[in-house]
Amino acid sequence: MADVHEITIRDPAAQAQAAQSQPPPGEDRQDLQGDKMVLNMGPSHPSTHGVLRIVLELDGETITKATPDIGYLHRGDEKIAENMTYTQFIPYTDRLDYLAPLANNVAYALAVEKLLGIHDKLPPRCQYIRVICAELARISSHLLGIGCYAMDLGAMTVFLLTFTEREKIYNLCEMLTGARFTTGYTRIGGVSRDTPPGWCEAVRQFLNEVVVNIAEVETLLTRNRIFMDRTRDIGVISKEDAIDYGLTGPNLRGSGVEYDLRKAHPYLCYKELQFDVPVGSVGDCYDRYLVRMEEMRQSVRIIHQCLDRIPGGFDNKPKEPVCVADGKIVLPPKHKVLTSMEELIHQFMLVTQGVNCPPGEVYFGHENPKGELGFYINSRGGGTPYRLKIRSPSFCNLSILPRLMPGHLLSDTTAILGSLDFVMGECDR
Amino acid sequence: MTALDLANQLRAKFGALLSEPTEFRGEITLRLDEPERVAEVCAFAKAQLGFNVLLDITSIDNYGETPRWTIVYHLCGLDHGCHLRLKTDVSEEKSELPTVTGVWRAADWHEREVYDLMGIRFRGHPDLRRIIMWEGYPYHPLRKDFPVAGKPSEVPDVAFTEAAPIEGGPFVTKPGGKDAIEREPRARSPET
Repeated sequence: MADVHEITIRDPAAQAQAAQSQPPPGEDRQDLQGDKMVLNMGPSHPSTHGVLRIVLELDGETITKATPDIGYLHRGDEKIAENMTYTQFIPYTDRLDYLAPLANNVAYALAVEKLLGIHDKLPPRCQYIRVICAELARISSHLLGIGCYAMDLGAMTVFLLTFTEREKIYNLCEMLTGARFTTGYTRIGGVSRDTPPGWCEAVRQFLNEVVVNIAEVETLLTRNRIFMDRTRDIGVISKEDAIDYGLTGPNLRGSGVEYDLRKAHPYLCYKELQFDVPVGSVGDCYDRYLVRMEEMRQSVRIIHQCLDRIPGGFDNKPKEPVCVADGKIVLPPKHKVLTSMEELIHQFMLVTQGVNCPPGEVYFGHENPKGELGFYINSRGGGTPYRLKIRSPSFCNLSILPRLMPGHLLSDTTAILGSLDFVMGECDR
Repeated sequence: MTALDLANQLRAKFGALLSEPTEFRGEITLRLDEPERVAEVCAFAKAQLGFNVLLDITSIDNYGETPRWTIVYHLCGLDHGCHLRLKTDVSEEKSELPTVTGVWRAADWHEREVYDLMGIRFRGHPDLRRIIMWEGYPYHPLRKDFPVAGKPSEVPDVAFTEAAPIEGGPFVTKPGGKDAIEREPRARSPET
């Protein structure tokens, strides 16, 4: 008969502490029993939502070290931006956070407009349309974030529900911009076209449907025992860590920091809108999930207000402009290009040389679904940026992984990654 | 408390090291003359002036000018909500300045990115490796003398690159050309 071995149950809290404590200087933490294992996760793994690779060092099932490896989706967007006009770069912004292209378009256009000094002179209708776009993008991004998160944790139904709703948002995008995915909707100084007939009504109908589905997701997840067990007290980010690592968006607010750029530095017409900023209390995966759920409801609330107040109404009978009235910034209407000399010259100059921006430098941060998407533009005058830096929220949010992962079990990896809700297109640029 | 007040407090502490604050589109920029002291200035800004978030570190290649590099720090304080931009110049010969990872841990990846794409080293950084490109990639692609089409490179058994066929691009007109051919070249060679 075989010997009976005592099974020691390890205390996860103590292990987490041991893993976090630093080894004495000049001395590596020794692996005395030789039972550390290195596991390569990604770059192609369903829960890494793209191409993130993490090198995990495991002691049994406990993670002792995590080294993220990014850059698999690097396309050199910042380099490309230096070689084209400001307007030509708009479609590239679609491909940053490709789950919220409309929000990226808005962020980039606002950054260039800040450089031009026209960011506070945008026509009101344009501002309202842009806010609707940004908030639709937020709902779309969070729906995907939560749907995939639930699927990673084994709840398939939620994914189907949220993707049904996202499909409707894509239909709205198609009506508005002509494209479902890569929208390229904004222009420097406005938007590419006004809302088509029936669009505002369709948005209103969508809002009424999506709240029903959000409520259903809520019943499936929020008090779901399995979901709670897998997310509560997992991946706890303290307030101090969240700030120190430069986290933004729902990840920062999940840790209890009330900081939302729409409130802290209101842009567009956010000052006139009423909405709440949800914050978490513990900073675990569950809190980040709750924050995203509530942000969707707040976005619905914002869009309702925008639809109520949109200047010109749904069909824009009074012909409210959607672009600034400056021929040196916005392309003239086509019929005028063909009949009027001045418009022809404007058209020619804008297309060949781009919007003539003054020398200077600006940073504009936009509250994107994933966090603060910032564009830093260094201009030496002319139609192209000298240097354009994209401060992407996913990049900063992921940088906390080496600090966050050690001490957790391997199976918590999916819970933690999903709760951070990152997009590699934006992280790698 | 405005960003200008905070910038002036920073100047009061470090005096001539920092330039007069300049304002453009409501943003305050300070220029630091001595890049060696950037960590000290940042530590003071964080501890005394409440700039607890480092939003971004980036670099600019002033190709053809001296000093060649400009490093740009974007600071933000969550409590007062003010932003501050800190810039410092580094010469090409030196291409090195102290790290600020000791001040904000967010600086870790940002500094690695600057090192990777521009080739500027951060002294004292705990883990200064390439982050976007792979280990062994020979160039720093954000430098102005690196063509947008790319350059061929090879690390055997790991990765390779070839110059991209950018048919006729970049399509931007070059202002100031003497004739239409120079202003609007359909195919500009990647070297220029």
